[in-house]
Amino acid sequence: MKVLASVLEFFSGTLRFEKEQRTLGTILPVLFLASFFLTGCSHSEQKADLVIINGAEPGTLDPALVTVQADSRIVRALFEGLTRLDPKTANAIPGLAERWEISPDGIIYTFHLRTNAVWSTGEPITTADVVYSWLRVLDPMTASEYAGQLFFIKNAEDFSSGKLKDAAQVGVKIIDAYTLQVELVSPTPFFADLCAFQTLAVVPRKTIEKYGDRWLMAKPLPTSGPYTLDFWHLLDKIRVRKNSLHWDAANIQNNLVDFLPSESAMTAMNLYDAKQADILWDKNLIPSDLMDVLGQRPDCHRYNYLGTFFMRFNILKKPFDDVRVRKALAMTIDRKRIVERITRSGEEPATHFVPRGMSIYTSPPGYGYDPETAKKLLAEAGYAGGKNFPTFQYLFKAGETDKKIAVELQAMWREQLGIAMEIRQAESKVYYTSLHDMDYDVGRSSWIGDYNDPNTFLDMFMSNNGNNYTGWKNQKYDELVREGNRQLDPKKREKFLQQAETLLIHDDLPITPIYFYSGVLFYRPDEIEGIYFNLLDEHPIFSIKKKNSNRRDTEAQRGSSTLRVSASPR
Amino acid sequence: MSKEVERREPTVESQTTSSFPPSTLDARLHLSPNQRAWGRFRRSKPAVISSIFITILLALVLLWPLISHYKPDTTSDSQFQPPSSQHWFGTDVHGRDLLTRTFYGARISLIVGAVGAFVSLLIGVTWGAVAGYVGGRTDNTMMRGVDILYALPSIIFVIVLKSAFEKDLKTWLGQHFSISAANYASMVFLFIGLGAVSWLTMSRIVRGQVLSLRSRNFVEASKALGASHTRILTQHILPNIYGIIIVYLTLTVPAIILYESFLSYLGLGVQPPQASWGSLIAEGAQQINSIRIYWWLIIFPGGMLAATLLALNFLGDGLRDAFDPRAENR
Amino acid sequence: MYFLRRTLQTLPVLLIVSFIGFVLIRAMPGGPFDSERKPASEDIERNLRAKFHLDEPIWKQYLRYLGLRGGSGGLIKGDLGPSLKYRNHNVNDIIKQCLPVSMTLGVMSFCFAMFTGIPLGCYMALRRGEWGDHLGGFIAMLSFCIPNIVVAPLLILWVSVKLHLLPVALWGSPSQMILPTIVLGLYFSGRIARLMREGLSTTLHSEFVTTARAKGVSESAILWKHAFRLAILPVVSYSGPLLADLLTGSFVVENIFQIPGIGVFFINSIFNRDHTMTVGLVLVYAALLLILNMFVDLSYSLLDRRVRYE
Repeated sequence: MKVLASVLEFFSGTLRFEKEQRTLGTILPVLFLASFFLTGCSHSEQKADLVIINGAEPGTLDPALVTVQADSRIVRALFEGLTRLDPKTANAIPGLAERWEISPDGIIYTFHLRTNAVWSTGEPITTADVVYSWLRVLDPMTASEYAGQLFFIKNAEDFSSGKLKDAAQVGVKIIDAYTLQVELVSPTPFFADLCAFQTLAVVPRKTIEKYGDRWLMAKPLPTSGPYTLDFWHLLDKIRVRKNSLHWDAANIQNNLVDFLPSESAMTAMNLYDAKQADILWDKNLIPSDLMDVLGQRPDCHRYNYLGTFFMRFNILKKPFDDVRVRKALAMTIDRKRIVERITRSGEEPATHFVPRGMSIYTSPPGYGYDPETAKKLLAEAGYAGGKNFPTFQYLFKAGETDKKIAVELQAMWREQLGIAMEIRQAESKVYYTSLHDMDYDVGRSSWIGDYNDPNTFLDMFMSNNGNNYTGWKNQKYDELVREGNRQLDPKKREKFLQQAETLLIHDDLPITPIYFYSGVLFYRPDEIEGIYFNLLDEHPIFSIKKKNSNRRDTEAQRGSSTLRVSASPR
Repeated sequence: MSKEVERREPTVESQTTSSFPPSTLDARLHLSPNQRAWGRFRRSKPAVISSIFITILLALVLLWPLISHYKPDTTSDSQFQPPSSQHWFGTDVHGRDLLTRTFYGARISLIVGAVGAFVSLLIGVTWGAVAGYVGGRTDNTMMRGVDILYALPSIIFVIVLKSAFEKDLKTWLGQHFSISAANYASMVFLFIGLGAVSWLTMSRIVRGQVLSLRSRNFVEASKALGASHTRILTQHILPNIYGIIIVYLTLTVPAIILYESFLSYLGLGVQPPQASWGSLIAEGAQQINSIRIYWWLIIFPGGMLAATLLALNFLGDGLRDAFDPRAENR
Repeated sequence: MYFLRRTLQTLPVLLIVSFIGFVLIRAMPGGPFDSERKPASEDIERNLRAKFHLDEPIWKQYLRYLGLRGGSGGLIKGDLGPSLKYRNHNVNDIIKQCLPVSMTLGVMSFCFAMFTGIPLGCYMALRRGEWGDHLGGFIAMLSFCIPNIVVAPLLILWVSVKLHLLPVALWGSPSQMILPTIVLGLYFSGRIARLMREGLSTTLHSEFVTTARAKGVSESAILWKHAFRLAILPVVSYSGPLLADLLTGSFVVENIFQIPGIGVFFINSIFNRDHTMTVGLVLVYAALLLILNMFVDLSYSLLDRRVRYE
């Protein structure tokens, strides 16, 4: 309302002027001058040590609420969990907890917190903070979408749904200020990895209770991670400053780190190439049409990570209730053409759902490109040559790459099977609700692994999982996954999970995988070090270092006028 | 000069009234006003060339499926081919012939433009003229209504209409017409959404002009002579603002065509694999970068749009001059 | 008096806008909390909706939004509520942070459009039918039929990447404002030129100009003292909504130049089903529009003495 008031003031001023002169021409210079008063908010600002182009403006930086990977990278710089991710392998390494013990049956974890771990404001971080943070995620009023990451803890699920009112019954027990005992529902081999996940990060109780939803805007904001939040200017930049009280502060090089939000691939690339940014790392900001050229550059880095692009069939709808139809459709997808011509960033055609590269798990084979068998299967199902096959829709979220894939799929199915697919491009919320409400025939989907374990992929197709919106319910699958997760022997576990995945991608096929994502990020290797490529696509800020920071300064001075102009204070 | 003074406002009468035989008023030319207008139109070179261009374009757009052996949605292995003897406009990411897509795209864009122009002509002009002529409280209420519609983002209307009615319309069209008609169901809401916004500014401009005209001498004179309001409005005021209406129409058409490209970009416009000039340009625009430019993807659809709009512009100018009562002696 | 009455009239209009906006945005499918991944359980989804009162009947929600029901704040106190997407921010904060940026850009683009469009339009009108008119018409036409999504990257490519004259993107220093201003202004300068040409050439052939000529008034006096004021009326009519549009930001330009303005929020909030944000921004826009149109109406009577408001 203040804004409106100032606008009113501003225009009533110009009106008076107009009355005197009685020509429109004279208002214009006034408006022009006034526009510079509106810019009055400019202030000088220190230059950051590291600038990262990070993807769209984060919806939130609250660890309990964040759901977008790009946002979580900033959150992880601010808040730390009991463990954190090894920058090289993305396996759990000690974070706020310096060590932990696991009981022989794999149910009880005992964490020992560092005694030198403190908030950025100086108070010690204790087990009470951990328990508060976790219960906050589970609290029905927080309504954390990722609360499921804590359901491996005893009674957590019931507490989250409100069935259990007594927080004390949740399986987290404070032994003393620095010892925490966690009781799980069943052996969970990846629980230490989960503790590094941002949802389980430790957050400041007092600040949250005082400021409510806007607690991240509090000054000072106590953080548990290697950085503190300097400021958050919407759509402009998020600046974090090294937390000098952090237990690992000695190993953190960059003092000020800027995250620039960007939604335009072209702009992001231009900024990066103009050396306005050191790192460009959001997948949505990579222009895939140019990857054949960009991929040759030494500053383009490609790697595998845990992400699968796949397609769901709504098996409650005819004709997709027939597994032969699903198989026929899956076998006519020329995945090689899609990754080579459309996505172009080094993606791999996928025939199985759990991505390649996990040390503890290898997927069973699924179906590749086989149009001849597909035609036979379709004929067996009663639609020889696509005859009588009803027109169906392929649902996807509006976006360039997805649109191109849809066009390719349409042509492939039409030309090979003679069936008519209609492209249904929906804006994001319509797409989500249509998927969730099973209001689709075939739908595009993708899944990014949360932790380095096949379970992060396989559990979503269990009958009771909220993310299994295909209509597919298979008792045998549920049992295999459950039984597998109960195994303490990794080899036996792998066997069970493989059988489950065979059901998913070979026998029943409620989904068909298309390709595995490939990570792409840009940084100049002669300037930056400490970025490693791992399956979780995580690159913790604390390990990123500038090589030779002196040399860069002189380079900046030599730089083009573009550099100097835009480096001027805002 | 003196002739012009003589001929100023009353010519409006001579031009549009059928009750007087034209010859009595205009014995000089022995031609009906329409014939004279047509004569003036033919003398304007840009207008004639433009109308020929538009005729050829329309013919090509309609007949292209018979001429070309490429289909707009057939993919091929020749991805991103520059223009050649096989593909005059080159090919796109899916190896589709861009020339064919440009002609198919013309259909949707031209319909979109025409709908926008029609709605802004019909609703916009009527609304603005009535508001401006009646004035006072009526004017105020009508214009606040325009403000309200203008303030609400049209995207919301499109989404709401689509979600509420698209499915029903689709099944209805599918049952009563054909599957291909059902495919155009989503387009209907696009047209409604675009039509809903296209007339608002037109009504403001017309109202402004009418406000300024209604107190002029010739209007006052007609009033004194006892002419009805409808007659004054249609016979005296509107002919004087034909020019601005035509000019604003020529501004509305490109704006609507390009707005459609924005909606397509947001996933609300044409559904792939259909194309419109707007969506082709939006695709081409993504190819402008410092690394490599597939120039044909932007130059050809953009060029077609620009050429068509230019032609429409000159055509509009020609028509405006031809029918402008004051243009006689220019 | 007229001024005061019109100002008072804006209030019910704003109320109507807020109500229609509120109802429409809730009529859209999907809610602010739908995402690819479903919340861990149905209960969480339900809690989330309850927390923001999305489970109430719509009239209750609207009364709550107005501030007539439960809680503090509300529209009548000038509180536009929390953003449902940017959950650590209030709509008021976001507007406070981002609207000034968009307004700066908008005002500059408006000036650019006027300073280029009006002279071009006058030139065309005076050279009507001649070679210069056609060339000017061609230039004006190019400006409004080449969309921003094409002009912006081309200018960046040429001026910033190839010639290194201006920054490629971001906002803050005057040099960073030049390209976005040109891109946004250019799109409208052609329109203004066309309207101006039409207005001026119509006026120059109207009765009073002819009378003035007959009386022996000099051509330049006719043009500047009499004709121009009437000729600019169409441009004035157009400039009200135009300025309101420009002041509330441009999605495309802000996106391409990475400018922290409100235009990006305007579109995104609709797609995010960020109800409070959409209604808040629509209200700001409507208020600006009403105020500007009021000035437009007022300037009619200033420019053309025959127009009177009773």
